[in-house]
Amino acid sequence: MTTQDPKDAPKPDALPENTDALPENTAAEPDNPDTEPSNWGRLVRNVFTAQSTPLVTVLAILLALLVGAILIIVSDPVAMGQLGYFFSRPTDFFDTAWHDVANGYADLFKGSVFNPAFVHGTPSQFFGPITSTLEDATPLIFGGLAVTVAFRGGMFNIGGQAMTISGAILTTYVAFAWTGLPGALQLIVAVLGGIVGGVVLGALVGWLKARRGAHEVVVTIMLNYIMFFFLSNYLLTTTAFHDPTKAGQSLSKPAGPNAILPHLFGPSLNTDFGLVLALVATALVAWFFRRSKLGFEIRAVGLNPAAARTNGISVGRVQIWAMVISGGLMGLIGVTQVLGLNNPNNNSLSPNIDAGLGFNAITVALLGRTKPWGVVWAALLYGAFQAGASVMQANDGISTDIISVIEALIVIFVSAPQLVKEIFRLRSRDAAIAGAAA
Amino acid sequence: MTTATVTPHAEIAQTAKDRTKLTSGLAQAAVGIFAIWAFGLGPRTGSGVRTLFGFGQNPGTYQLSLPAQGFALGLSALAIGCGLVTAFAPVTKKARRWIAGVYFVAMVLAFLVWAAAGQSSGLPVPNIVLQTALATVPLVLGSMSALLAERSGVVNIAVEGQFLAGAFTAALTASMTGNVWVGLVAGMAAGAAMSMLLAFFANRYLIEQVVLGVVVNVLASGLTGFFYDRLMATNQAEYNNPPLFQTWRIPGLASIPVIGQLFDQNIVFYAAFLIVPLLWYMLYQTRWGLRTRAVGEHPLAADTVGIKVLGLRYRNLFYSGLLSGLGGVWFTIGNTGQFGKDMSVGKGYIAIAALIVGRWSPIGAFAASLMFGFAISLQYFLSPLGTPIPSAFLQMAPYAITIFVVAAIGKKARPPAASNKAFKKG
Repeated sequence: MTTQDPKDAPKPDALPENTDALPENTAAEPDNPDTEPSNWGRLVRNVFTAQSTPLVTVLAILLALLVGAILIIVSDPVAMGQLGYFFSRPTDFFDTAWHDVANGYADLFKGSVFNPAFVHGTPSQFFGPITSTLEDATPLIFGGLAVTVAFRGGMFNIGGQAMTISGAILTTYVAFAWTGLPGALQLIVAVLGGIVGGVVLGALVGWLKARRGAHEVVVTIMLNYIMFFFLSNYLLTTTAFHDPTKAGQSLSKPAGPNAILPHLFGPSLNTDFGLVLALVATALVAWFFRRSKLGFEIRAVGLNPAAARTNGISVGRVQIWAMVISGGLMGLIGVTQVLGLNNPNNNSLSPNIDAGLGFNAITVALLGRTKPWGVVWAALLYGAFQAGASVMQANDGISTDIISVIEALIVIFVSAPQLVKEIFRLRSRDAAIAGAAA
Repeated sequence: MTTATVTPHAEIAQTAKDRTKLTSGLAQAAVGIFAIWAFGLGPRTGSGVRTLFGFGQNPGTYQLSLPAQGFALGLSALAIGCGLVTAFAPVTKKARRWIAGVYFVAMVLAFLVWAAAGQSSGLPVPNIVLQTALATVPLVLGSMSALLAERSGVVNIAVEGQFLAGAFTAALTASMTGNVWVGLVAGMAAGAAMSMLLAFFANRYLIEQVVLGVVVNVLASGLTGFFYDRLMATNQAEYNNPPLFQTWRIPGLASIPVIGQLFDQNIVFYAAFLIVPLLWYMLYQTRWGLRTRAVGEHPLAADTVGIKVLGLRYRNLFYSGLLSGLGGVWFTIGNTGQFGKDMSVGKGYIAIAALIVGRWSPIGAFAASLMFGFAISLQYFLSPLGTPIPSAFLQMAPYAITIFVVAAIGKKARPPAASNKAFKKG
């Protein structure tokens, strides 16, 4: 399990009787405890069975990239034209198809990890792609954590767009209006403002869910549209927010210089302090679920609300708290989107400040198997996709929308390990054990 | 609830029910008082101002003139009365439903009287009816699609994605062939393909259906956006220039005043409204309907008596996809023509809200769709009236009303028992 906490990983081998205590592991597996003598042999064999989550995850990514490649070819009219005379000159089609896919995915890699052309380049050229991956991963970590917290409480927060926008609104206001605050205080207040913005909407959703029984999926989706229209068609037209020097553009006044998140690795590299915030948030959420009372209650409600209620947990209160925390984390996306280095408009608020991150957060959380550190790995992968996709779009004309297709497919494949197993003809765990016994 | 151990259960339930009745009734009355202040006593409905309701096809003809302030005050007072009756009077459940209906109509009328007060053009009633019906079409198709799926035990929250897939495919194929019927078939097939994807993963791999549906929506949005950028954005004329459906005028009905325009529409429009009674009949009067409901309520029992649960679920999901694919067809070649990225703007989700508000029955879902359709059409006929409401808030209205209504219906709504539960034989 790439996405698992390091603490959990080695346990099942040493303590077979403990496997029942880890619901995530036992859910997908047959219940028969392992009786094999050699740990190493079993480990190696298990890597190639369907229950091995790292293998399934890697195969799922490969499958999704394969589907993406097919889409790139299908959507190229030239390649499709050459398919018309495929049987007279098949090389034409294969040349074009290979060219399309290879260039696209090479640029995806160059934009996100490393560009071989700059092997002797300046530090900013050398580390540029990887730092923009980190920068793109930062809001995804917040979003993935937010979806995770709600998910562990048995709720599905797809209101990322709304909560991001409301967080961004308060952050922006603090950042351009309260410039009198000394030094770093303004930045701190701006970050807190973003959290508050998300919390308000999260509390509303949680209250409606817990006390009024309104389905959180419907409520959060509707909030997305409400906040979008509020921001783009109302707030950015008011004199309080709209930047008078940007007539005709939907942009707010820019943030003051003290409120901008500072560079993390020096001014030439494109990663800001938000990454540190994201990692701190991850550690806090991990601690929260592992050690705190409320975290335990949230997990209990998520696993079985009836049992939780019987044991004296107020389900409604826990649901509200879960959405409040989830909203606060979503609000932090707004903070990094406005005050981070990724903001394309001189650190001001624009209608598409959310940039689809609210929805990408869902796929990040699912790929991260709703575990805090798993979310970080998933966010890094999707951050890399995003960073590379912009290069791919600029150089090869392949729309960045392909990334959401690939991300959605990865999540679908990962949640259906059985399908991946069937496609690659992997042996399931019990078959492997039976084979070893024979 | 520390007293729970000593109080009998029925009594707790009774107190809880009384409390919800009290709070919701008082909330209604409070909104009514706000309406008196905002609609009745504001400067817009000052003394002597009149509100015109136009019933003719052309603006300014067959007008009905009402004193604005009197009517706004009267309707608001009626609404307050309804709220107080709900809160305090011992009325039966059925009577309460009627009272809620009266309250709703009174509030809407008070709002309209206020909005159109003093405007010489008046409220164009035929236009309101037409705009509402047009906005309702995708909602009806979407909610019927979701109803069909959920009554057989699979949550189809991917209506939004099916809309997009249907809309895109219809526009693309109709543009390339120049034939709307090819677009119709292809669009419905695309919707069905999306729903079969959902059915496949939900039934075979037992993935959580709501999560899966949302991921399918992301997938559909990404796919259509990707192909839009690659094909349509670069070559609008060839790939995104579809013909539209011809309107079919129904003689006789089309010349009825006020609602005549509803009978001068295209086939998708008629289909949307005919599907409601058809689905009602199929669901409650046929063997297929009984089996569908059985599979949605208690699949194990249905399996025991020999109904093929998974087969029926696949089949119904296929029909469900055809319906929401048709809803997608409406967005492009049924109504406006060209495809645009994410053009369904959450209407698939509103359709699902309509299903919840309509409590999973075809007639209820249809009524709720009409209500949401009216909310969507508000912005089209209110913006010319120059109300003090900024247009952004009119655009938000359908979404805000959806939240409000879903919260008001709340815990009373009960989905089919086996909805969102995967069935595994054996």
